[in-house]
Amino acid sequence: MARLIRMDQTGHTTLAEWTADNPEAVEAAVEAFRRELDRGYYGVVTTGPGRAEMVRQLPVDADLVIMRAPIAGG
Amino acid sequence: MAEALPELAAVHWRRRVDADKLARDARLWTGITTAHVVPFIAVAGGMVALNPLAAPVSAMALAHAWIIPELYAKRGANVVRPRGRRDEDAEHRSLGLLGDLVDHRARELHAATGLVIEESALGTWLVGEAGALLVAPGGGRVYCYCVRAADPDLPSGDRIAHLLLALRADEQGFATVANLAFSGARWRLRRRLEPQLRPALDAAAQNARERDGTDSPV
Repeated sequence: MARLIRMDQTGHTTLAEWTADNPEAVEAAVEAFRRELDRGYYGVVTTGPGRAEMVRQLPVDADLVIMRAPIAGG
Repeated sequence: MAEALPELAAVHWRRRVDADKLARDARLWTGITTAHVVPFIAVAGGMVALNPLAAPVSAMALAHAWIIPELYAKRGANVVRPRGRRDEDAEHRSLGLLGDLVDHRARELHAATGLVIEESALGTWLVGEAGALLVAPGGGRVYCYCVRAADPDLPSGDRIAHLLLALRADEQGFATVANLAFSGARWRLRRRLEPQLRPALDAAAQNARERDGTDSPV
């Protein structure tokens, strides 16, 4: 089962879980993903060892989608 | 081509960091250090030449020549200084997620030092909670970047995971967004790192030497 999580003060929070053959769960995950984008978070998926990719739409076929806060120079 | 970090929009005036930019930064930092050190050494030598009784003043000038680069190196070391821990459950959960993102070697090094090692195109990175060190190929020079997640209340594992994911998504963009706090010799930085962090720098330097084909101590 694929998961959408947000890194936050609790460690991380699971926002949605879905399987590709469950349209309602996918729709709920897409909605949750958009909501996080609107809050200023960015979506990231790992694409292999040492590789990651920013995503603007929920990649339904990904196993894990991580929402992260922006970074900035200190 | 992978998507660039959206955070770059906030620093649009900066030149994107690549190998050429790193080389330029290295020359700039060497020049700054030289400009600070040489006048004090010249003063020290000149004072003694003019009057041997001025030796104490010369000693003070030499001390300045030594201390100023050390202060720069200390500023660089501070970017990976561990921050305070917060809620234990949150720490545990964040470390679990971070552990899923890295391999066994990186997990072990993080457990021992609090830094995550990451090999990438520009060199070997050590990612901390509020900054990252880039060990250049060859292992002799280190760039210290101050960069952090916008949320100040994140547990330590999530702080690192934020930076790690951004680094993996767009390494050059990551280095561009970050502020360069110091660039200089690894030995100078190592002296100013907290002792528990030094094995991570040694491991990154070893990695950088192996990649560069110069597998000998620097």
